[in-house]
Amino acid sequence: MNFKLKDIIPQLITVLAVVLVFGFFTYNAQVNMENRGIDFGYGFLSQESSFDVQFSLIEYDGSHSYFRAYLVGLLNTILVSVIGIFFATILGVIVGIARLSPNYLINQFAAFYVEFFRNIPLLLQIFFWYFAALRALPLPQDAEPMFGVTYLTIKGLFVPAFIWQNFNIFFYSVVAAIIAIIVIRTHAKKVQESQGKQTPVLLISVGLILILPLLSFLIGGVRLSFEVPVLKQLATTSFIYEGGVSLPPELIALTLSLSLYTATFIAECVRAGIQGVGKGQKEAAASIGLTPNQVLKLVVMPQALRIIIPPTTNQYLNLTKNSSLAAAIAYPDLVLVFAGTALMQTGKAIEIVSITMFTYLTLSVSISILMNWYNKRIAITEK
Amino acid sequence: MFKYLKQLTSLVAVVAVLFTFTTESMAAKKSKTLKNTQKKGFVRCGVSQGLPGFSNADAAGNWTGVDVDVCRAVAAAVLGDANKVKFTPLSAKERFTALTSGEIDILSRNTTWTLSRDADIGLTFVGVNFYDGQGFMVRKSSGITSVDQFKNGISACTNIGTTTELNMRDFFNSRGISYEPVAFEKADEVVAAYDAGRCDTYTTDKSGLAAQRTKMKNPDEHIVLPETISKEPLGPVVRQGDSVWEDIVRWSLNTMIEAEEYGITSANADSMKTSDNPQIKRLVGAEGEMGAAFGLDNEWNLRIIKQVGNYGESYKRNIADTGILPDRGPNELWTKGGILYVPPSR
Repeated sequence: MNFKLKDIIPQLITVLAVVLVFGFFTYNAQVNMENRGIDFGYGFLSQESSFDVQFSLIEYDGSHSYFRAYLVGLLNTILVSVIGIFFATILGVIVGIARLSPNYLINQFAAFYVEFFRNIPLLLQIFFWYFAALRALPLPQDAEPMFGVTYLTIKGLFVPAFIWQNFNIFFYSVVAAIIAIIVIRTHAKKVQESQGKQTPVLLISVGLILILPLLSFLIGGVRLSFEVPVLKQLATTSFIYEGGVSLPPELIALTLSLSLYTATFIAECVRAGIQGVGKGQKEAAASIGLTPNQVLKLVVMPQALRIIIPPTTNQYLNLTKNSSLAAAIAYPDLVLVFAGTALMQTGKAIEIVSITMFTYLTLSVSISILMNWYNKRIAITEK
Repeated sequence: MFKYLKQLTSLVAVVAVLFTFTTESMAAKKSKTLKNTQKKGFVRCGVSQGLPGFSNADAAGNWTGVDVDVCRAVAAAVLGDANKVKFTPLSAKERFTALTSGEIDILSRNTTWTLSRDADIGLTFVGVNFYDGQGFMVRKSSGITSVDQFKNGISACTNIGTTTELNMRDFFNSRGISYEPVAFEKADEVVAAYDAGRCDTYTTDKSGLAAQRTKMKNPDEHIVLPETISKEPLGPVVRQGDSVWEDIVRWSLNTMIEAEEYGITSANADSMKTSDNPQIKRLVGAEGEMGAAFGLDNEWNLRIIKQVGNYGESYKRNIADTGILPDRGPNELWTKGGILYVPPSR
C-alpha cells in the first residue's frame, strides 16, 4: 500500500458531495416537472420542426426534423467560428508585429486599434456593425457593382457563383500539387541538413500550385464559368439579386465584429511572444550572418510560437463561444435556431439547453485538443 | 355517568378531527401561489419588452397596456392594490421558461393560445383578452397592397419563438413562394432591421404591427396589408397545477369584461352596490359569496373595477386613445357585434 487513508478520504468526500449535489438537482427537476405535467425526453428530435431558417449549409426546411435544425445551427456556428478565427489570426499577427515596428506611426496606430476594439463590449460592436453600418449600405437597386459583378447591399453581399465542369479533376490536381510540395520540402530540408545546400522551396511551391491546376484546365477538360447575380424586381421599390451566391449581412456583421475584437487579443499574444524571445538570441543569430528575415523565420518565430500558442488557443475558444451572441442580430447559429426557436416550439428547456451546452463543450474541447497537439509539435525537442 | 365517558371522548375526538379536517381543507383551498403572493405583497407578472397598447413602460418605469391591466386586476383582487405588481419584461423566447420555473406567476404578454402550448409545456391558458390575427406590414412606396403581390425571394423580418414563424412558413409554402426568414430575438431589433430596409415585409400579429408602426422613423411610410393569415387569440397564462390561482386570474379577466357588459365603470362602481339588478350587485360584491371559493373577501371584484376599470375602459385608455387600433373589431362585446363573451359571475 503506497497510499494512505487520510489522502483518500477527502477525495471520496468530494466525489460523494458532487454526486449528491448533481443527484439533488436532477431529482428536484424531475419532481417539479412531474408536478407541472412536463414530460422529459429526446423524442422530439425526430419530429418535424415546421419552421424555416434563413441561412443553411445543408438542405433544410420546415419539413425536416428538429435534429436537422440542430445540425443547421451547429454548422452555422462552426462556419462563423472558422471564418472568424481565420481573419482574427491574420489580422492579429499583422497588428502584433506592427506594434513592434520601429515606425512610430505604424506602432501607434496598431496600439490605438488594440486599445479601442479591446475595450468596447463585443455585443455593442456587433450592434454597431449590424445596425449602424447596415443602414449606411445601399438598397439592392442603388448598389454600385464592385469589380462589375459583386454587390454589397443592405440585404447582403451578392457574389458570382462558380459553375464547374469536371471539378474532380481540378480538385485532384490541387491535391497532387500539395503532396508534391510536401515531398519537395522534406527533401529540401534533408539536402540542407546533409549538404548545407539551399533549395528555392518557395518558388517551386508557388510554381507547382499554379501550374498543376492550370494544366487541368488546358488538358484535363476542366471548365469554369460564373453565374452573375442579376437584379430582380419584387415590387415598385423592392429588389433582390438572383443567381450567384448571397452572404447575409448578419453573417458579415458577425464575422467582422468577432474578428476585429478577437484580433486585438491575438495581437497582444503575438507581441508578448516575440518580446519574450531573449534579445541575445537575435543578436547571436545576426552575428552568425543570418539575414533579418532568416532571424525572424528560423530563430525568433519558432521560439515565440511556444509562447503565443497557449493564450491564442484561449482566444479561439472565446471567439467560438462569443459567436453565440449571433442571436442578437438574427444570424441563425446554434443558440438562435436550436436554443431559441426549437426550444420555444417544443418547450423542452432542459433537454435543449443540455444538448446545447454539451455541444459547445465538445467544440471547445476539440479546439483545445487540436491546439495542444500543435503546441506539442512545435515545442523544443530536447536532444 | 362514567359509562358514557368513553363514547363522549370518542365523539369529541371525531368532532375535533372533522373540525381540523375542515379547516385543513379550507386552507388547502387557498392556493400556494396565492399564499406566496400575499406573503410577498406583490403579484409577479411577466410582460413584453415594450409593445405599446399591450405592455409598455414609460420613461419613469410605469407600465401601461391591456396585458398590464390583467395583472393589475389580479393585484387589486388578491392584495387590494392594483399597483402592487412587479413586472418582468421577457422576450418571446424566455417567457414560458420564466413561468414554468416559477420566476413569475402570471404571463400576460400577448401570447397566442394554442393546443401544443396548453397541453405540452406545463402551462394553462385562462382566457382571451385580445383576439388577433397575423398580418404583414410593407412600405407604402413598394406599391404592394395585397399579399397576392408577394414574389419569390421576398425577405420577411419577424421574432423567433413565436407562432408567427410557423404561420409564415405555412403561408408562403401554401402559395409556393420562396422567402428569406430573418428572425430576431427582440421586437425592437426586428423593427430596426425592417425600418433600415433589410426586409421587404415585417410580419407579426396585426395589433403588434399597428403598435410597432408607431415606433418607426416615419410611421406614415408603412401600411398593414388587409389580409389576416391566422387566428391569434392572445391571453394570460399561468402554471399548471394550481387551479385556484388559475381561477383567480380567469375571473379577474372575466370580471373586467362582464363589468363592461353591465355598464359598471371605475367611476360608478360604488353606486352600483344599490342597483336593482342582482347580477350587477354580485359583480360589485354586494350580493352572494363570490370571493370565498378563491379564499378572497367579497369585494375583490369591486376593487378590480374601481382601480383598473372595465375592459372597455382599459381598451380605450391603452389601445384606442393612443391611436394604435381605434376600431375594436372582434374585441367588442358580443352584445355590440364583437366576440367578447364570458361566462356569468354567479
